[in-house]
Amino acid sequence: MSVTLRATLLVVALVAIAGWILTRPAGLDRDLLEGVAGDANRGAAVFWAGGCASCHAAEGDAAGPVDPARPLLAGGHRLETDFGVFVGPNISPDPVHGIGSWTLAEFADAMLRGVSPDGRHYYPVFPYTSYAKMTIQDVADLKAFLDTLPASNRADEPHELRFPYSVRRGIGLWKLRYLTTDWVAPAEGERAERGRYLVEALSHCGECHSPRDRFGGLDTSRWMAGAPNPSGSGTIPNITPARLDWSAGDIAYYLETGFDPNFDSAGGSMASVIKNLARISADDRAAIAEYVKALPPRE
Amino acid sequence: MRFTRSIALGLVATTLAAGAAHAQQNFDQVIKARKGQFEIMAHSMGILGAMARGNVPYDAAAAKAAADNVAAVTKLNQTALWPAASHNGTTKGTRAQPNIFDNVADFTAKWQELGKRAAALQGAAGNGLEALRPALGAVGGACQDCHEKYRAPAN
Repeated sequence: MSVTLRATLLVVALVAIAGWILTRPAGLDRDLLEGVAGDANRGAAVFWAGGCASCHAAEGDAAGPVDPARPLLAGGHRLETDFGVFVGPNISPDPVHGIGSWTLAEFADAMLRGVSPDGRHYYPVFPYTSYAKMTIQDVADLKAFLDTLPASNRADEPHELRFPYSVRRGIGLWKLRYLTTDWVAPAEGERAERGRYLVEALSHCGECHSPRDRFGGLDTSRWMAGAPNPSGSGTIPNITPARLDWSAGDIAYYLETGFDPNFDSAGGSMASVIKNLARISADDRAAIAEYVKALPPRE
Repeated sequence: MRFTRSIALGLVATTLAAGAAHAQQNFDQVIKARKGQFEIMAHSMGILGAMARGNVPYDAAAAKAAADNVAAVTKLNQTALWPAASHNGTTKGTRAQPNIFDNVADFTAKWQELGKRAAALQGAAGNGLEALRPALGAVGGACQDCHEKYRAPAN
């Protein structure tokens, strides 16, 4: 074997090993969960702000005669994207088909690191790049609330993805680049910080309202400047002050009722978002509106 | 015989082509008409919403009149307004999605649900703000239930 060939093989092996280590699904530091206990009542507010029901609630007849305030999170929602079809999983408290047997640590790994209990990467269609900014307490409260919801024994269906997106390990590299807990917008004071927390962490507004780069990561230089609809025709609108001239009151009312200032009514995925946000506090909707009004204008 | 058949086929083809062009023209008109009814609804909802938000003082008579108009629109027979294929896949100027025509029963049920809630709004609108607000919210919910599934985002 020539020296060159041996050196090349060595480099390839080192790159492969480094790649294997770098793309390894890594969970959360367990010390962070020390002494944390969830509160289901507070978790309800986290749940509605987080919009979990939009992808995880059963649809149509499968939903059954449930109380809309306590949805059956059986999954099954099909999100058709450029990468293929993602099918929302069952996150009801069923111990076998849902997440009822998960520990808080496993749940926190999923929410904050995008790692499953069996150590695989989740696809970032599950918006853990936003949820990564959540407080541990909110994660624990959310888990406590989810535990109180009705259980479903619906089995998950696999996603229908095209190669190479079907290879989960690649997400490890993607996470190195895009999984961050840094805030995008500045916020001064408690109320502005609350608005930013709701928008950037829980309600994950940027996931649809901001464009993505060619690797599918959010382009924060065009934060909230609008983007192609990720799951259908048309465009998700630019909501920076360059394009959205509604008052903060208009925005808050829209988030509560779905009526825009012309009394047209929300549609598409936003209709589902509003069903969730109608259930958070008026103060929180006002804080979101103020964050949106304060966004840097981008054409 | 062969000759006759080819004439017949030719006629059929011509008729189909003419029919397609004709249908295209009709879509423009039908889309104008069905958007017009939604504009009337939005205008009336705006009058009610301004009161619900506290932007203008509550006026029982004006509220009742606006709710009457919302309810009146929901009573318009929709059959002729939704001809097959009059969606954003074939026609500019509409956000109506093709899936409407694959789910006609559900689409119709959603329109009927809107009618029910509009009738309730009609009953409530003149009875004070506390009665108006939830009834208006319920109508808005019916709007969104349909828009969520059947209307594309704006371009």
